[in-house]
Amino acid sequence: MMKQGIFEIVENTRIARAVYEMKLVGDTSAITAPGQFVNILIDGLFLRRPISVCSWNSEGMTLVYKVVGRGTEVLSGMTAGELDILSGLGNGYNTELCGDSPLLIGGGVGVPPLYGLAVRLAESMTAGELDILSGLGNGYNTELCGDSPLLIGGGVGVPPLYGLAVRLAEKLVKCSVILGFNTAEDVFYEDRFKALGCNVTVTTVDGSHGTKGFVTDAMPDVYTYFYTCGPLPMLRAVCGLAKTSGEVSFEERMGCGFGMCMGCPRKTTDGYKRICKEGPVLKKEEILWEG
Amino acid sequence: MGRLNVSLCGIDIVNPVIPASGTFGYGYEYAELYDINELGTFSFKGTTAQARFGNDTPRIAECYMGMLNAVGLQNSGVDAVISHELPMLKKCFNKPVMANVSGFSIEDYVYTCQRLDGEAQVGWVELNVSCPNVHGGGMSFGVCAESAAEVTRAVKAVTTKPVIVKLSPNVTDIVSIARACEEAGADGISLINTLLGMRIDLNTKKPAIANVMGGFSGPAVFPVALRMVYQVAMAVEIPVIGMGGISSAEDVIEMMLAGATAVEIGTANLINPFACRDIIRELPSVMDKYGINTLSEIIGGVKVG
Repeated sequence: MMKQGIFEIVENTRIARAVYEMKLVGDTSAITAPGQFVNILIDGLFLRRPISVCSWNSEGMTLVYKVVGRGTEVLSGMTAGELDILSGLGNGYNTELCGDSPLLIGGGVGVPPLYGLAVRLAESMTAGELDILSGLGNGYNTELCGDSPLLIGGGVGVPPLYGLAVRLAEKLVKCSVILGFNTAEDVFYEDRFKALGCNVTVTTVDGSHGTKGFVTDAMPDVYTYFYTCGPLPMLRAVCGLAKTSGEVSFEERMGCGFGMCMGCPRKTTDGYKRICKEGPVLKKEEILWEG
Repeated sequence: MGRLNVSLCGIDIVNPVIPASGTFGYGYEYAELYDINELGTFSFKGTTAQARFGNDTPRIAECYMGMLNAVGLQNSGVDAVISHELPMLKKCFNKPVMANVSGFSIEDYVYTCQRLDGEAQVGWVELNVSCPNVHGGGMSFGVCAESAAEVTRAVKAVTTKPVIVKLSPNVTDIVSIARACEEAGADGISLINTLLGMRIDLNTKKPAIANVMGGFSGPAVFPVALRMVYQVAMAVEIPVIGMGGISSAEDVIEMMLAGATAVEIGTANLINPFACRDIIRELPSVMDKYGINTLSEIIGGVKVG
């Protein structure tokens, strides 16, 4: 069941063109399966922003996201640490006792140290923490993978597959992984998958890194099951070519992220499914490709 | 009587904070998160005679202090609601529920309300008159006094439950529509439904939601809602439920001072699933702060002039 909690940003770094890796510390107990997502309240924006979980452990989680709009743009600017200018000499102000509306009074050259304090307070109140609903959605099923599953990720569809690969590696399952990007400067996480012992193929549309072409150009003949996440045309092409059963993770605009606003449903062979609740992972056999 | 109790069309509720239709499912979904018996009641997902899938996606867009939605009344239809949703609710909620009903013809409303009249747990019927009337050229029932009154009369004739008419704010004179519903036998008025809005995606140059236009809700609409609640509460004798952008205990009190007997809270639930519970728990201390003993005593208490 989902949980609401405050997560501390410990790292937020650019790892590819417009792609950021954010490391968060907080209660991850609600996350139960790779492919689930979290919903993040971002200061100054109204709706939460759903982001897939890349990986997690009992202390925290890693999100990898691409800047595509205002929400992710604000998120990408929230770098804890870069404003850490108060650390240093002497015994400073105590930032624990300030409550939620402290008053800073500075005169003349007394002002500069208060600026440093304000920076620190701003960081501790907003920049360093995120209000997150976690444990959302229905993730990938790791029971059905057989002994040689194929993981196919495109662009920012790659992160949830990394969490899946970690879980499969723990079960000593040998995965083949295809990661598709537009160009070399978009590529991320190739080494991470290799470090898990996966057999990794990278494709780029312009051929500047790895195999030239789309992920579908690199799909092998033999595998026991597939898991995929990425842009809609890629998902459709993968399902069209896939020789086995498999699971597909979808993306959709969401109002709430927990099944109540009916903002994100998709028609399936088994009636409508809410991408946030019954999804984001759907089985290949139940997907209807319209148009 | 507790400090938060109010009487709504003859039914006492333990507090006036009612989760609004379309943001609270059929209740049992939230019962996984907290004991929904802390609520006085809630208004369930807009239900129609037939099952509906609703509009294409995207159905949701961000706005400054609010959101647009064009869900299109997705629901499983009244028969499935009675056979599946209400039995699920009964297991976790021991109070009367408000049945939110939509339709595309008078016959639709009548059928749905007749079916729901046999359900003991339904305490009130809330008529959403903002949907288009397929026999009336697609004009919404709620945009003119005559058609709003016609729906009200038709439903009153087939139900034993108190009928609350939920009004659209997208009209020139909401007071005349409220009065017409009262004269047609409505037991209460709730307002406001969402304000019609639109956004355009600058990257694609397309409307941000597939339906082009959608309903605007959230804290940004609160002053408009408060004004309309005030105007309607001044003009009718029947109870008024105020809604539109409420997101704090202070907002609840403000809406009740404007004339609301109870309030509904919608969009806030989507951002914080615990919003209604939290607001109910905050109310006593906020009442203390403003010297308010009981909520029922402040209804319509705004001092004008």
